[in-house]
Amino acid sequence: MEAKLQVLAIVSSAALLLFVLELVRQRRFLERYALLWLASALVLLGLASWSGLLRWISTTVGIATPSNALFVIAFGFVLVLLLHFSLAVSRLADQSKVLAQRLAVMEERLRHQEQQHEEREQEPEDADRPPLSRLPGS
Amino acid sequence: MMKTYETALAVVPAYNESANVADVVMDLHASAPDFDVLVVDDGSTDSTADLAESAGARVLRLPFNLGIGGAVQAGFVYALENGYDYLVQVDGDGQHLGGEIPRLMAAMRDGAEPDMVCGSRFISKEFEYLAPISRRTGIHLFAFLLSRIVGQRVTDPTSGFRLYNRRAIRLFANDYPHDYPEVEAVLMVHHHRLRMREVPVQMLNRTGGVSSINSGKSLYYMIKVLLAIFVGLARRRPVPVPGQEAPVTAGHSI
Repeated sequence: MEAKLQVLAIVSSAALLLFVLELVRQRRFLERYALLWLASALVLLGLASWSGLLRWISTTVGIATPSNALFVIAFGFVLVLLLHFSLAVSRLADQSKVLAQRLAVMEERLRHQEQQHEEREQEPEDADRPPLSRLPGS
Repeated sequence: MMKTYETALAVVPAYNESANVADVVMDLHASAPDFDVLVVDDGSTDSTADLAESAGARVLRLPFNLGIGGAVQAGFVYALENGYDYLVQVDGDGQHLGGEIPRLMAAMRDGAEPDMVCGSRFISKEFEYLAPISRRTGIHLFAFLLSRIVGQRVTDPTSGFRLYNRRAIRLFANDYPHDYPEVEAVLMVHHHRLRMREVPVQMLNRTGGVSSINSGKSLYYMIKVLLAIFVGLARRRPVPVPGQEAPVTAGHSI
């Protein structure tokens, strides 16, 4: 790989690595989601700086230029990350569905009980009947 | 204490059905008085929930649109939580007739002990149903495939007019398909070794509002359901003994 290109690759993957670490440090990133990003950045940085390994990979697989091998590997990481996010989104959608359903059921129950309560309050006071027992503190 | 009577709930999923929902609720009150009526307002932007409430229904107001699967499942959750013995699902667009519910109930109780009874438009020639040819073709294709898979004649797998007992309620409260649930629900019933049967019913063509499935979505619908059928076949499932509690495969932990 040409020296200029290699410097560019090293600098950009190092920048990515530092950026991800910074986000984790600021707690804006759950570690669970940061791990994949960290792994991607580390591997890319490693391959960019260790040109011997990158050349060995490209000749073994049959990729003409090592820079293309780096490109393919980076693309692979992007795919895995995207898949990971689709999974995360699906899970969140499922969880928010359950939450919405539970919320609607609870709301209905609350409204129903408030209505019953109001109806009870509106009943005329019966002199013979003892007053409704109240919970302590209410 | 043992319960000496049975309770039943009619669940009406409704999304922007202000044109029909009050009529549906009143029809249910008039022709199926034993059923409590629960309208599930699937995040409507019109006055569906208020109209349903003033027509005398209980209303679940979902905070945002979940789609028909999520809305119906909310009904199952409600039924499970409140200990209902039966749940009948009735569309909010007025195409299902409350007067046909006794027919479903009779099939549920006549000794064969099904867990799900589906109203079918296509068993009896007497109740001819006029749907666009494209949709009928799709329905018959699903019917053909499902009949092969479940080893039982299924004529109307997309019908949303269904009666369920407690076992089915428990199953579907925990796990119900998302987008176009009816076809997949037939498969789930089969895979969980529950029993289903169909009875002929009459349905009306839509009286107002817009169907959730328009012609543009038909193709998407077909592909999605076919995918669900064939991927569903490859899913591993527990094999319960007939008559056992339905185990639930899809927990909410990933």
